[in-house]
Amino acid sequence: MTAAVEDSVSTADPHRTVLEVRGLSKSYPGVTALDAVDFELREGEVHAIVGENGAGKSTLIKILAGAEVPSSGRITINDTTYDRLTPALALELGIAVIYQEFTLVSTLTAADNVFLGDYLTKGPVLDTKTMNARAAELFARLEVDIPPQAQVEDLTTGYQQVVEIAKALSKNARVLIMDEPSAPLTAAEVDAMYNVIDTLKRQGMTIVYISHRMDEIFRLSDRVSVLRDGKHVATRKTGQTTREELITLMVGRELKSGYPERDTPPGEVSLEVSGLTGNGVQDITFQAHEGEILGFAGLIGAGRTELMELLFGSKPVESGEVFFQGRPVISRSPEHAIKNRIALVPEDRKRHGVILDFCIKDNIALPLLKKMSRSGVVSAGRVSRLAEEYMDSLRIKAPSSSQLVKNLSGGNQQKVVLGKWLATEPEVLIFDEPTRGIDVGARNEIYLLMNKLAEAGKTILMISSDMEELIGMSDRVIVLREGRQQGTLTRSEISQESILSLAAEGNVE
Amino acid sequence: MNAKFTPKVKDIGLIVVLAGLVITFSVLSPNFLDVNNIYNITRQVATLGICAVGFTFILITGGIDLSIGYQISVNVVVCGMLMANYDLPWYLAVLAVLALGTLMGMINGIIITVTGVSPLIITLAMMTVLNGVSYLLSRGLPIFGFPSEFSFIGQGTVAGIPVALIILLLVCAIGLFILNKTYLGKYFYAIGNNREAARLSGINTPRVLILVYALSGFFTAIGSVVLLSRLSSAQSATGSGFEFMVITACVLGGVSVMGGRGTLFGAFLGVAIIGVLNNGLVLLNVNEYVQLVITGAILLIAVSYDALSKSSKGRITQISAMVLSGSKKSSAKAV
Repeated sequence: MTAAVEDSVSTADPHRTVLEVRGLSKSYPGVTALDAVDFELREGEVHAIVGENGAGKSTLIKILAGAEVPSSGRITINDTTYDRLTPALALELGIAVIYQEFTLVSTLTAADNVFLGDYLTKGPVLDTKTMNARAAELFARLEVDIPPQAQVEDLTTGYQQVVEIAKALSKNARVLIMDEPSAPLTAAEVDAMYNVIDTLKRQGMTIVYISHRMDEIFRLSDRVSVLRDGKHVATRKTGQTTREELITLMVGRELKSGYPERDTPPGEVSLEVSGLTGNGVQDITFQAHEGEILGFAGLIGAGRTELMELLFGSKPVESGEVFFQGRPVISRSPEHAIKNRIALVPEDRKRHGVILDFCIKDNIALPLLKKMSRSGVVSAGRVSRLAEEYMDSLRIKAPSSSQLVKNLSGGNQQKVVLGKWLATEPEVLIFDEPTRGIDVGARNEIYLLMNKLAEAGKTILMISSDMEELIGMSDRVIVLREGRQQGTLTRSEISQESILSLAAEGNVE
Repeated sequence: MNAKFTPKVKDIGLIVVLAGLVITFSVLSPNFLDVNNIYNITRQVATLGICAVGFTFILITGGIDLSIGYQISVNVVVCGMLMANYDLPWYLAVLAVLALGTLMGMINGIIITVTGVSPLIITLAMMTVLNGVSYLLSRGLPIFGFPSEFSFIGQGTVAGIPVALIILLLVCAIGLFILNKTYLGKYFYAIGNNREAARLSGINTPRVLILVYALSGFFTAIGSVVLLSRLSSAQSATGSGFEFMVITACVLGGVSVMGGRGTLFGAFLGVAIIGVLNNGLVLLNVNEYVQLVITGAILLIAVSYDALSKSSKGRITQISAMVLSGSKKSSAKAV
């Protein structure tokens, strides 16, 4: 089936459009993930798609893979127009996606994985021989030497990715969408992957290449499209654009003001982290000050949340030191972190922040229940008073403190999480994406609260993928990339361009 | 949180079922409502009720303990041997068994938290181990010949009230107190509802889980003593199949096998229904195997009801998400 394209001469017609989307939009309640995107793919090209976190890249992929139904717009593939795809239809039309998380069964062989769900049989039994031979052909076509009978879990990540690609080829893929394919790979594996992509391109495969890394885009792609806030901003021939132009296109908008002012300057050094390693981050060293909001920037997977998990003791530290006001505060567990006066407001509110089936007061009092008990018996009065105090000061809108948290809005749930952590009277507060999925009103209240905490001399670490929020709230910003610290930007250096170039490149001239 | 000692809609349904059973049996069998028979029922369900307290705690944390039946076997065999073969005073034998029961539960808890393997598998293995242990200790022979003071626990009365019933009520009171008044009770619900959020809130989840299994082992030991005293004979088969009765009673009473929800009041209603049903069926001379079919069917109905009422909506979204993501799903994980 696929062996026919064995010769390495491209049969692709670079003027033919294989896939075209027009006016593609996708809205979720309260969010427009894609906004009237127009985009076309020409046969045999490598087409890079770039954009910040939340620009709409994933949504676009999911729609093309048939995993999401667009709200409006049309998709034309090989001259047939569809208003939506299904996973089965997308496969049949030759669209295959290589996700960052592979969809391989690690205990089966490479050949078994290539033909998974589509096994070749001889009568009632599997035709292992032919499958192995065909898999070997596919690997040869990709110019990679993988034994078809090797168990997938014994292969390197790079080879596993090739198995994934071969699986797509076995299903006659014509368009290969690769979602940040270099993210899980080592430097040597990345070079090998470039070769695979070059080989595929020579054979006429059309490739959509999603990446944050500028060097890859300029190395591989023929054209590049920029998405920003769900909109298609521009498509350029890669040879006719520059890094600077792409970054400007990705950032685009002017910063809206409207972040509450904070007058008090940061005070003494309070938190000192040196050489902190573990949980996928390496050798992080920084100081934070009393009354400072220290922002943490980076792309998804840069290791920001992982760093905070180390500080909060929810993941074990391998090496490094943490001091607060001169005394060591390496936290062995969240329980220990609370004793060290460190609090973490997590990113995933529903899974890590609250217990949905608990009422407001039980959620707020949870970390302090033991303290509010006398010989084990919880003082219901103290729990209610504590909860009501924070319901008042944070203006949590609910009929009573006995209301179940699952019945509250996102903003009010987040306030319950904040109340719970403020009640532990922390000196260091870590906010992981504090305003994600929260409406504008509650968002502003949270900013005001953060300022108030900073003015009261607390040390605040804030992870945010929202550029405006980072720039509007932070005194300084530390940029992480691939688990390492790329740089620290002072107040005057913070800009969308400086953050993005550190986050994507790792080196600024 | 629904941990209060107040009947809910579902509890009212159970009360109606219980009343229905009582009326049916009293019509069909004139002896059913006899005071002696009522006391007989309470003696018969005392062990079930006592064990259900700890078992409810475990279910609320999202766990299960299949070894509970053979824990009873080991407890009664050891208790019987200490009294009959080693002539230990009965109260020392009882204390020894309470310690032993707690230890067995604690071992379960430690293995479960250290390995992170599903409690279902760990306690299934433990169930088989304890079955063997109880058989080896007793050499498969019944043990009897206990001091007469010992039989008072399971057979005697104080002011006309069976001692077993008094112990049951005491254990219930302790259970209600722990679950509804102490921070430990809240921790059980928190862990069962969202273990990671509980951990991130500073709860030492491994310690709480070890404690819950140990606590259940302790209550099970009390139940074992009451049972042994009533039967006056210990065998390795004494506790066989008991885990099934406890699960049925708790789930029937609305304690979720998925963790996080359920009340002791509900569990007690479940225990009462099982007790009345068994007693009534015996009085009516219903075939033993028909009884098995009935109890098994009750468990099936109860767990199905639990699963469908709790998350039928979540289930549908889950299934549709799986269908939507198409080939992307599969439990596949490579690295």
